[in-house]
Amino acid sequence: MTKEVTLTIDGKQVTVPEGTLIVDAAKKIGIDIPVFCYHPKMEPVGMCRMCLVDVGRPAFDRETGEPILEEDGSPKIQFGWKLDTACTVPVSEGMVVKGMTEKVQQGRQDIVEMLLTSHPLDCPICDKGGECPLQNLTMGHGPGESRFIYDDKIHFDKNVPLGDLIWLDRERCIQCARCIRFQEEIVDDAVLEFFNRGRATDIITNSEPGFDSYWSGNTTDICPVGALTTADFRFGARPWELKHAASVCTHCPVGCNMTYNTRREAKSGGDIVIKRAMPRQNESVNELWICDKGRFAYHFTESEERLTQPLIRKGGELVPTSWDDALDLVAGQFKDAGESLLSLVSGRLPNEDLFNIKKLTEFLGGKAGLHSYMAGGDLVAQVGLNKGSDLGDLGEGDAIVVIACDLEEEAPVWWLRVKAAAERGAKLIVANPRTTKIDRYATEIVRYAYGEEVNTVANVDLSDAENVVVFYGSEGVGLETSQALANACANLLSETNQVGKPNNGLVAVWPRANTQGAWDMGFRPLADLSEAKVLYIAGADPVGDDASVADAITNADFVVVQELFLTKTAELADVVLPVQAQTEREGTLTSGERRVQRFYPVVLPKGETRPDFDIAAQIGAKVGVELKGRFPSLVMPQLSAEIPGYEEITYQKLAEVSEQWPIVGRGDLYYGGTGYENKQGLGIQLPTQSETFRVSTDPKGLKGLSEGKVIAVPITVLYDHGTMIEPSEVLHPRLPEPYILVNPKDSHILKTTDGMMVAISINGGDTSNATVIEDEKVPQGFVLVPRSMGISINGPSEFEIRIAESAMA
Amino acid sequence: MAEYVLLRHKEIPEINQLGVYKKNGGFEAFEKVVRSMKPDEVTEIVKTSGLRGRGGAGFPTGVKWSFMDNNNWPHYVVANADESEPGTFKDREIMESNPFQFLEGVAIASFAVGATEAYVYCRGEFWELTHVLDEKIAELEEAGLLGDNLFGTEYSLRIYTHLGAGAYICGEETALLESMEGKRGQPRLRPPFPPSFGLYGKPTVVNNVETLTNVPLIITKGGEWYKSLGTEDTAGVKVFSLSGRVKKPGNYELPFGTTFRELIFEHGGGIIDDRPVRAIMAAGASSALIVADDKALDTPMDYASVRELKADLGSASVIVIDDTVSIDWVLNKTIHFFKHESCGKCTPCREGNYWMSHIIERIHEGEASQNDVELLNSVAKQIENKCLCALGEFSIQAVMTGIERFPQDFEIAVKN
Repeated sequence: MTKEVTLTIDGKQVTVPEGTLIVDAAKKIGIDIPVFCYHPKMEPVGMCRMCLVDVGRPAFDRETGEPILEEDGSPKIQFGWKLDTACTVPVSEGMVVKGMTEKVQQGRQDIVEMLLTSHPLDCPICDKGGECPLQNLTMGHGPGESRFIYDDKIHFDKNVPLGDLIWLDRERCIQCARCIRFQEEIVDDAVLEFFNRGRATDIITNSEPGFDSYWSGNTTDICPVGALTTADFRFGARPWELKHAASVCTHCPVGCNMTYNTRREAKSGGDIVIKRAMPRQNESVNELWICDKGRFAYHFTESEERLTQPLIRKGGELVPTSWDDALDLVAGQFKDAGESLLSLVSGRLPNEDLFNIKKLTEFLGGKAGLHSYMAGGDLVAQVGLNKGSDLGDLGEGDAIVVIACDLEEEAPVWWLRVKAAAERGAKLIVANPRTTKIDRYATEIVRYAYGEEVNTVANVDLSDAENVVVFYGSEGVGLETSQALANACANLLSETNQVGKPNNGLVAVWPRANTQGAWDMGFRPLADLSEAKVLYIAGADPVGDDASVADAITNADFVVVQELFLTKTAELADVVLPVQAQTEREGTLTSGERRVQRFYPVVLPKGETRPDFDIAAQIGAKVGVELKGRFPSLVMPQLSAEIPGYEEITYQKLAEVSEQWPIVGRGDLYYGGTGYENKQGLGIQLPTQSETFRVSTDPKGLKGLSEGKVIAVPITVLYDHGTMIEPSEVLHPRLPEPYILVNPKDSHILKTTDGMMVAISINGGDTSNATVIEDEKVPQGFVLVPRSMGISINGPSEFEIRIAESAMA
Repeated sequence: MAEYVLLRHKEIPEINQLGVYKKNGGFEAFEKVVRSMKPDEVTEIVKTSGLRGRGGAGFPTGVKWSFMDNNNWPHYVVANADESEPGTFKDREIMESNPFQFLEGVAIASFAVGATEAYVYCRGEFWELTHVLDEKIAELEEAGLLGDNLFGTEYSLRIYTHLGAGAYICGEETALLESMEGKRGQPRLRPPFPPSFGLYGKPTVVNNVETLTNVPLIITKGGEWYKSLGTEDTAGVKVFSLSGRVKKPGNYELPFGTTFRELIFEHGGGIIDDRPVRAIMAAGASSALIVADDKALDTPMDYASVRELKADLGSASVIVIDDTVSIDWVLNKTIHFFKHESCGKCTPCREGNYWMSHIIERIHEGEASQNDVELLNSVAKQIENKCLCALGEFSIQAVMTGIERFPQDFEIAVKN
């Protein structure tokens, strides 16, 4: 147990754990000591010198060691001969801190004046103006007038791109190093550094391409001035014009809490539009961070390619129609479909939509299928992280297993959380056929050959770990092996009795934000679509993912697709129903940590789009089943009454918040950056069923594939060509062209060279062009094929490869 | 003149040759401590000697050694040979002319704190000297005076040189350690101090070259002997780097307590053209400006006495200023130096020196008014006591004392 220390700050007493810094202790009792360089998530550096305070400590008699007392019997307090920085001095018993004295106020004014000597004072055209720590602290502490002669200022070219997503204004930079330290300490991408020294000190990027990191956007949030701005928000709006709406990211199973800033603007025809996406604090989920995909990919919702009205096939063509006509047609076809109906969804859909589609399907007697290459959601419901779990609690004595997963690519914030747990002393076992970034923090690295996933899990030793969390992903596996892997991981936890307790359990690194929710609502993966005569597809593009499925779609009698875009699957449909994007409606998502979280409407719906749950309800009304369609909040009571584990979920409870540390927001923007205080809900983690059990594992491995041949296996990458990323133009420079990864030692077998454009066909399927990238990290005998990159691959497969015709021309 | 303690090459030709150094008692002290003494006993002798750090801060050397955290290993010794203070050129002469005594000092210090690896961090411009040191170290290894199982004992020691890249700040011990680790040379927060968190986070003693060069004779002749040199306040001898408007600038090894007058007029041969001396900077560019009146000239040079002149002895780099030099010219030089060398880590030093450089330039070039002189003083005060490390704090010493003690120079400058 850490010792508690009591001290007095500006006359207020506070008791905090030993080792707490003065600046944090002050924050706990509502005293804002001004800072620029200090950030509660990073090590203190004491660079900006803004947080000057007068620190006194009880005086002791040198001879006797007894405290010296004042005449009135109170301890005599000895103040230092100079001011101290509150961000670097830890508290001590009986300490007295003064932040309001004239000496301190003068000291802070001195620092502000000096900082401003090099600052362009271009607040009227600065993106940060209005939410700028430097601006605010200048108003609060600065001198009214500068004695510095304007002509003495150093001028730089403004607005230098640091990378594709982040721009740097060097004149505005106050050299606090928050961005550099964030990249080093928090995300371990040390791609920024200082160049030169003294007044010539400059931020540079040392990576090629510039600022090569999935986390770059966060530096703009924590930048205390307008030096770092994002490519999509810069010069986009003034902060005081912005409204904000709480949301949850839909790009991976972490479920990062977000805030969207919106503005109603003439430029956009008087519409309310999203101006930027920012993290919203949830210390149990994403703390204060989001990845660049989460921050920049939302632009897909603004795409001109969005579907805005229902389409029906007439004379071989999809033509616009009215909702009534479209729904009548659908209801007519569904009514008697019975077991020939297959509803196919993905984890892109929120819980309420999944619930309504499931209810509709049940009513009609059809099957509910999940479009996913990963399995195990039923096991996660049984042995997943139990209620009360927080990856932030894991540390010394605990163990984390990460298998078949490149965590930063598949669920970026989990990489940060696992890294931090390892830094706190948790044992980290990383099992993967190739090196991934998280290896840097592993206490044990297990290398296995693709296909050996299940056997590898069986050999993991977790004895004497207090808590165990197992992450399994989809690196190199297809659906069958994924099921076997999930079973093996569940058995491992069950055997070691690490189930049912908080901070223990199985985490599936799902391909979609709500895949767990889809499992919980009763959807199960399907291997084959060809038996279905009537297909009802929502939020899934099976043809886009695997062109060989096209036949099954074409052969069905009737196909309905609910979509944002005219996907490859939608192109083949008989009816296409345009849906609202997540930002246009509300709902809930269940994260991989089994946290149900609520998101809110951000902008108005586009065109005639409707939300999926409502469309299902309207079809239901026409076929004779009553489903709630007006609001998802009306669906939730039905859902929670029926779905195990969701009993206590209500929209009210999802919106509850409790105090988090560090404290951000509350009118002081400087302390935690401009990350948003969470006022709209921390979500609720679901309980698990806690009994131990054993499920059979039947490793499929690479059975059925020719020995000795090079095998293609799928991997997941963050920047792919998925439906919800490709339309975001700001990310285009970061999205790679389709590629495959080849070990250079296999190049003589494949007759490829690095950079060669090849045509590749997996399992005799369609041929796609891709660039060969040679990478020694790829295990010999395998070619790695990124998913959602235009090359259809379902699991370990044989393939054919040749030089692309376009390359030969 | 008593025998030299440090600049022994002035008495013993070719002491920079290992044979000559050994003939004159070289490496006897190291052999003695390794063979027959406990590390703590060595530290005790150094404590008794009253030896204080010669880099400028004057911290008791033996006490620093005794601060090493014995629950955290390995330990390192780093010799600070980043001699960069304008007006300081003593370490260079010591290393060039009496290198083995310096290296023996490094070796004894290493033994005293249980270090088996020691580093000599040389300023970038000392690249030729560094090559020479490398050769000397190789010679010592050849001779069995460095390396494994020294003198048949369990104790092993290697010394390595490390070349800086030309930054004044790397003379600050934590910036030096950062630089050695391959990072930007910028000072760390202190505490923790190097004896608990030093090179690669391990307990480290960082000592100045001159400090370490004293150690072999202290071991040979005893702590009491060394203490008997110098004054009650400051024990031992010091190499005073004398420069400026004197006839014979150079390094002079003298006991602490020698007066400024003796240094300047007896050893330095007086002022060029026998002009009157006006000001003294006792610690290089980091000095307060001392008004060179009789009282000052007769002040004994030890830490306490110089402090009575509201100045610091620092590294004892005595720069002499006569009536041909205006103080605004001096400040223009020092401020531009510090502006150039500020590492940029903390606000007051980075911004303040840049700001001051513009003001002093205008003053010196006669384009300013008295208000600018007051502004300059005010900016200096604004920097005072707010910096992360000593560089920023020292950068204003000359400015504030110059304006306070030589107001007439500024009156003339702004009138022109």
